[in-house]
Amino acid sequence: MSGASLLQRASAAVLAVFARAVTGVRPIWAGTSPNGPLRIYFANHASHGDFILVSTCLHPAERGRTAAVAGADYWNAGRVRRFIASRLLRTVLVERNWVERRADPLAVMLAALDAGESLIFFPEGTRNMTEEPLLRFRSGLYNLAAARPQVELVPCWIENMSRVLPKGAFLPVPLLCRVVFGAPLKLEAGEDRKVFLDRARAALLALAPRKDGTPQ
Amino acid sequence: MTDDTTCLFLGLVAVLTVASLVAAILSWRSPKPLPSTLDNLNARIKAWWIMVAGISLAFLFGKGGVILLFAFVSFAALREYVTLTNTRRADRWTLLGMFLIVIPVQYYLIWIDWYGLYSIFIPVYCFLAMPAITALRGDTSRFLERVSEQQWGIMLSVYCLSHVPALVTLPIPGNEGRGLLLIAFLIATVQGSDVLQYIFGKLFGRHKVAPAISPSKTWEGLIGGIASASLMGAGLYWLTPFSPLEAGVLAALACIMGFFGGLVASAIKRDRGVKDWGHMIEGHGGMLDRADSLVFAAPVFFHIVRYAWT
Repeated sequence: MSGASLLQRASAAVLAVFARAVTGVRPIWAGTSPNGPLRIYFANHASHGDFILVSTCLHPAERGRTAAVAGADYWNAGRVRRFIASRLLRTVLVERNWVERRADPLAVMLAALDAGESLIFFPEGTRNMTEEPLLRFRSGLYNLAAARPQVELVPCWIENMSRVLPKGAFLPVPLLCRVVFGAPLKLEAGEDRKVFLDRARAALLALAPRKDGTPQ
Repeated sequence: MTDDTTCLFLGLVAVLTVASLVAAILSWRSPKPLPSTLDNLNARIKAWWIMVAGISLAFLFGKGGVILLFAFVSFAALREYVTLTNTRRADRWTLLGMFLIVIPVQYYLIWIDWYGLYSIFIPVYCFLAMPAITALRGDTSRFLERVSEQQWGIMLSVYCLSHVPALVTLPIPGNEGRGLLLIAFLIATVQGSDVLQYIFGKLFGRHKVAPAISPSKTWEGLIGGIASASLMGAGLYWLTPFSPLEAGVLAALACIMGFFGGLVASAIKRDRGVKDWGHMIEGHGGMLDRADSLVFAAPVFFHIVRYAWT
């Protein structure tokens, strides 16, 4: 799968217009520029709208080569979801269930990177439904960084999307959203898995607004 | 009416052209890179061109165009306001109702000119329905605070602002078919007052009106701006059914209300720790940064005109 199909480009453009109409989303480039080498955008995750928001903030060319990593168990359940995930959106589906999985998620993601795709990745592994701003990172981000050290890891803090479209909601509440793109990270030589994941999590959390909930 | 509209439009274009020329000369003579004030001035003037174009387009479509324009302004303003409030998951239905029901219904009621309902729809029915819905959801944490924050949001962003297009429905004897010009008069004087307060403040501002709330509001700017905007309002009497003196007095009143609108908006922003409501309008901030003065001026202007002229 290299390059977006016409349908995927069209639906990405339509979603971007819709996302802007509802959320007025603005990218804040704090520490990196919109154009760069192959990237993994890693972001906080609380809503189905999250990857649409990140994708909306990217330049069309970058958007065209960027795919979102999503759970195969969710998106392959039912024909409509499968059609949305495979035909309308650009997704890389990974199987999260250890026991039953047939394809190694890491291999699937690396294949996408090797095919020249940037990835939108949610290192918490699932949507965060707690009052905590950010869950503990699973090891996926480390494994990706270790396997492809030349790929830039860009932290993206998604603000307010969980209020716009929380889990289980269908209609979005119009609220202003921002995506803050921070300085790219790289895995240091010999860096321990846990040290790296903590560092990446801290880098993402540092982009969040102050604790009283007001934007920066 | 067509001649007067053309006059007004050409006048606005002339004012903006002069403003653009002055800004261009200032930018040309200033050391590079431009100081932030000048940068902001250029952005503001550019945004004014776009806003005047948008308002003119709406006026071309008449009453329906102006109602749609202000429904959109309400939507953008309410979105900025709600973003700054502390909502909980249980407020979802209330919030969706505000955007999907209250805004369309309020502006539809103005379209069909049902004064008896649009003047009470929000303060009576919505204000009672909102706490009821919130209570039904069962989450009582910070109940009073959550309900009243949202009530005030639709009061400012929807109810008050909807009184701008409602002016077109006022049956003023001898003013038939000229309702749009009354709207133009209100917008021109209130927004003109904002601009003139800004100019007087930048040129002569020394003594702050409310240093704890806004560093940019000065007595010199306030008095100079409102006095000159009132004179301008008197000079625009030909848009209205008023005499020059009446037009000047009403303009002064609208400008004073507009000043309080800006002051209250600044207090809310200060409380929430933000400088601007949003970023929709380059150089100005968000929609509410531009519309805050109209929010306070419109309902008072509407009701005085309705009481005394109909």
